[in-house]
Amino acid sequence: MNLVFSILMLIILILIPVIGVGALGLNSLFAIFIPYLGFALFFFGLIYRMIDWARSPQPFKIPTTCGQQKSLSWIKRSRLESPATTWEVYLRMFFEVFLFRSLFRNLRADFDGKRLIYGSAKWLWLGAILFHVSFLIILIRHLRFFVYPVPGVITTIDFVDSFFQLGLPPIYLTDALILAGLGFLLLRRLIDAKVNYLSYASDYFPLLLIITIAATGILMRLYIKPDLYAIKQLAYGLATFNPVMPEGKLSLLFYIHLFLVSSLAAYFPFSKLVHMVGVFFSPTRNMANDNRMKRHVNPWDYPVKYTTYCDWQEKFRDVMEEAGIPIDDEWCKETQKQA
Amino acid sequence: MSKLPKPDELLKDLDLHKTPEKHWMDIAPEFKPGKFCYAVEPQVMEDLGRPHLGKWQPYDEKWPLPDDWKERILKGIRDRMERFRSFKLFMDICVRCGACADKCHYFLGSGDPKNMPVLRAELIRSIIKGEFSFFGKLFGRMAGARPLTEEVLKEWFYYFYQCTECRRCSVFCPYGIDTAEVTIIMRDLLHELGIATDWAMKPVRFSHFIGNHIGLQPHTIKENIEFLLGDIAEITGLNIEVPINKKGAEILFVTPSADFFADPGIYTFMGYVLLFHHIGLDYTISTYASEGGNFGFFNAVELAKKLHAKIYEEARRLKVKWILGGECGHMWRVWHQYHNTWFGPFNYMDIPRSPITGTVFEHAKDNKIVHICEFTADLIAHGKLKFDPSRNDHVIVTFHDSCNTSRGMGIFEEPRFILKNVCNNFVEMPENTIREKTFCCGSGSGLNADEYMEMRMRGGFPRANAVQYVNQKYGVNTMACICAIDRAVLPTLMKYWVPGVEIAGVHELVGNALIMEGEKERTTDLRYRPLKGMEEEV
Repeated sequence: MNLVFSILMLIILILIPVIGVGALGLNSLFAIFIPYLGFALFFFGLIYRMIDWARSPQPFKIPTTCGQQKSLSWIKRSRLESPATTWEVYLRMFFEVFLFRSLFRNLRADFDGKRLIYGSAKWLWLGAILFHVSFLIILIRHLRFFVYPVPGVITTIDFVDSFFQLGLPPIYLTDALILAGLGFLLLRRLIDAKVNYLSYASDYFPLLLIITIAATGILMRLYIKPDLYAIKQLAYGLATFNPVMPEGKLSLLFYIHLFLVSSLAAYFPFSKLVHMVGVFFSPTRNMANDNRMKRHVNPWDYPVKYTTYCDWQEKFRDVMEEAGIPIDDEWCKETQKQA
Repeated sequence: MSKLPKPDELLKDLDLHKTPEKHWMDIAPEFKPGKFCYAVEPQVMEDLGRPHLGKWQPYDEKWPLPDDWKERILKGIRDRMERFRSFKLFMDICVRCGACADKCHYFLGSGDPKNMPVLRAELIRSIIKGEFSFFGKLFGRMAGARPLTEEVLKEWFYYFYQCTECRRCSVFCPYGIDTAEVTIIMRDLLHELGIATDWAMKPVRFSHFIGNHIGLQPHTIKENIEFLLGDIAEITGLNIEVPINKKGAEILFVTPSADFFADPGIYTFMGYVLLFHHIGLDYTISTYASEGGNFGFFNAVELAKKLHAKIYEEARRLKVKWILGGECGHMWRVWHQYHNTWFGPFNYMDIPRSPITGTVFEHAKDNKIVHICEFTADLIAHGKLKFDPSRNDHVIVTFHDSCNTSRGMGIFEEPRFILKNVCNNFVEMPENTIREKTFCCGSGSGLNADEYMEMRMRGGFPRANAVQYVNQKYGVNTMACICAIDRAVLPTLMKYWVPGVEIAGVHELVGNALIMEGEKERTTDLRYRPLKGMEEEV
């Protein structure tokens, strides 16, 4: 049901440019206005989300300590898992964000008769890494459409990515890998009973959307080749805020690709995909475990009423005297004076 | 109390891969005996000046909710989103990858999908989407959204009291989403209406008005300690005194009150005082700040702060230089992660420095609290203590990392270092069940109520299962721990799943092994069990 709903949403999204461009001829709306709109939503949406999170204070210092704290000098501590300095926090975050360290730790728990056993479970980590890294490289590769002259870095990435000459024109390694990663993530949602049970349409939809974007891109590269010169003209115009409709013809497939990318950009900040920037804000990971070393301030902290020593002593004076526990009237006088 | 099924029956139908036919939103919680804690008595809440629902029980068909309950809850959610970045963020960034799913001990012991941390958080995430988000309202269930109803409230009560705030899921989450944080905030939110459990709130009342969980009055604490000192005299031949409310002592020693009165915590207490006496520590125990544990933490942030304020007033009154903390789990999490924020700065105390070794505890320089395992490990490393580890030869010991000191503090090596010095037989449990991956006792966060026994045995099953493994393989007969709730609940858990395994504090074993000046030859351990080779003497 969730999957069907997601596929339906996707078909609607594909039909919009098909009708808009193919039937109604609204070419510049789809080539210029919608991409701008999509990326404006992406950009300002993300900024809005970040400001929104930053506006709420993090009242307590709550790092999850997955390794030995800094304590006695001779005890080996874990700088990555229990960072005590800002530099170590950066390191921890680097490994989290770029190598998915926590996910790498993943385990699978299962019954072996009456015994619980734990096995390594790195498939999710692998699928996620494949997808995210490929996505990043593909994004960087795409910059060659937007800048002129194309910087050496991008040409090099492009070269390496297409190094394995599988057919002509060379297929990109990352194109294959991103589909493998996404395919795995999608299959996992469908096949693993637990994950399937907790998945919503809003979990399938972004996967399907990105798969379709990748697929349309690959199609354009391998089979239905568009007018590259026209695309570069359009892209360069968009990137320099001097949009022009190119002289050559942009294929319908290209319009679909571009519209889906714009939709993804617009959808991004308002969906679970914001984890991309959210991960940097995660207090259990981005705070140092220096809790007893450095004071953390909670801006909304307020004094609370508690049972003071004097109230307490009054209550138990008799039994304390009888038991020979010292009575401290001096302190009560002192605190009364202060109050 | 309900009848607890036999161990074999308990897990009979458990299948971690089977999921219900129905969507989770269509399954209402069933309040079966053994699986929920009783509601708080109204008087308890009234005494503390907090709202309550009057006389009710969770299984009542209709809860006596006030007319404006919905507005109050929605306002409460909005409030907490503004005050806690963690909460707001954790609601937004979960991608439901399921990495946390089989990490929760309650899921592993019950198979209930709502115990997968991701779904536990969806219980509130869905309401935030359904009540506050445009898209959530538009797409409803497809986007994981639903409206707030009385059923939802019941579900919250049921499942947020099926989380022990152990943070195991947070270790594995790629974004560090911490269900403990969500649970803390959700229980706090339920408190807006006065929804709470009796077992967790009575200790709060006692702690607030008297000073500790069980309501031990000052003279009773003294009597208890004297009783334990009598045992010490009999076992070791040493006459020891424990300073109580001593002004001008160098160190204030605070420990969970269970160490004063409850078996087996009392043996740990005997270990502390033997050690302190041996090194001639200038310390004091307080009958006013006589509780390190903080059940307020399991209920509402404000309550937690209320209860621990005493410790600092006492440190100031007694003019101590710094505070030493006993073996406890959540007490340490609260001290480590919250105290500095709540009560600092502590200019009236000194940076903790061991009077015996001169070690300055730099890592505790701001909040001035040192863990007893840090303190003892330092003593051992400096060769200040002599042990006869063979006095612990009747035990084959493994170590249970408590969730709070491991995942909320990062203390792993110190207790192990101590154990290896005081015992000849130390064995680790399987690596995926210890250190940061340790399993909860299943009864933490105020869930150690008797009426909750079935869930406790289910939740503690993964822990027990790992113990069973080393019990069968290496003959482990003792599990050491540094948490008072562990000491309170693990004996029950072991009796149920792994009979024959006892629970001990680390300092109980220190007390056994410590070679002290002027002591007589010991024939028993602190529990009056004969030492190895001494069976006939006893």
